[in-house]
Amino acid sequence: MDEPDEDGADALFHALADRTRRDILRRVLAGEQSVSALASHYPMSFDAVQKHVAVLERAGLLTKRRQGREALASGDVQVVRSAARLLSELEEVWRGRIARIDALIDELQP
Amino acid sequence: MPVVDVKQDLDALSLTIVADFAAPVQRIWELYADPRQLERVWGPPEYPATFVEHDLTPGGRVTYYMTSPEGDRYFGYWDVAEVDAPQHFSFADGFADAEFHPNPDLPISHNLYSFAEHEGGTRATYVSSFTTAEGLQQVLDMGVVEGSTSAINQIDILLAT
Repeated sequence: MDEPDEDGADALFHALADRTRRDILRRVLAGEQSVSALASHYPMSFDAVQKHVAVLERAGLLTKRRQGREALASGDVQVVRSAARLLSELEEVWRGRIARIDALIDELQP
Repeated sequence: MPVVDVKQDLDALSLTIVADFAAPVQRIWELYADPRQLERVWGPPEYPATFVEHDLTPGGRVTYYMTSPEGDRYFGYWDVAEVDAPQHFSFADGFADAEFHPNPDLPISHNLYSFAEHEGGTRATYVSSFTTAEGLQQVLDMGVVEGSTSAINQIDILLAT
């Protein structure tokens, strides 16, 4: 098994498992935004939003650059779409099915 | 952990997953031969699958739909190619309209499921392949995804607008 790819898939799924992060990603995929502008959309602290941004960044879904005092974030469409990511998603589907088969076998065993 | 190997082939756009189950080959085969058992494993709990027709014979057809958390239904079908019970079967998996007419504009994946006896249990090998990355993307968009499905769908809706 390719461990780095597994880690990447884990980071991706973790990043997307949160509603706020999905919302942030939608906004930055639509266009580059400053982290402070993003933070204004959510009823949470700037630091909390920054943490969400960092999770998305680690998953490769978002990139940041500095402009003066501002941190500007944009979504990486290529990463969202890349075939490796897609196959990793499909792998998750399969892992889910296999786990359910395993559970069903257990349940139906006399 | 039943998954023993995973191979992603980016050039062939295929995914191979090998899993070991603590049950005889015949038992695993029955999961696929019985639509009521199959629907319990095919879709994740938040995206349950309902099998309508189920003819697991060469040239046979299997039809199903998956229901999203919002209540939207995605219709699919299998064109069953080879069946050699309980060792293997292969099928093309495609999308359909609500009357289960195949949608020729949407991608088809080719699948081979094999089961062999292994250390008193079953070693299952699943191979899915796609013709194009776009095809794979669409398959994932149509609700075949675990967990973060809706997130990915939302992203794609956004990209499409």
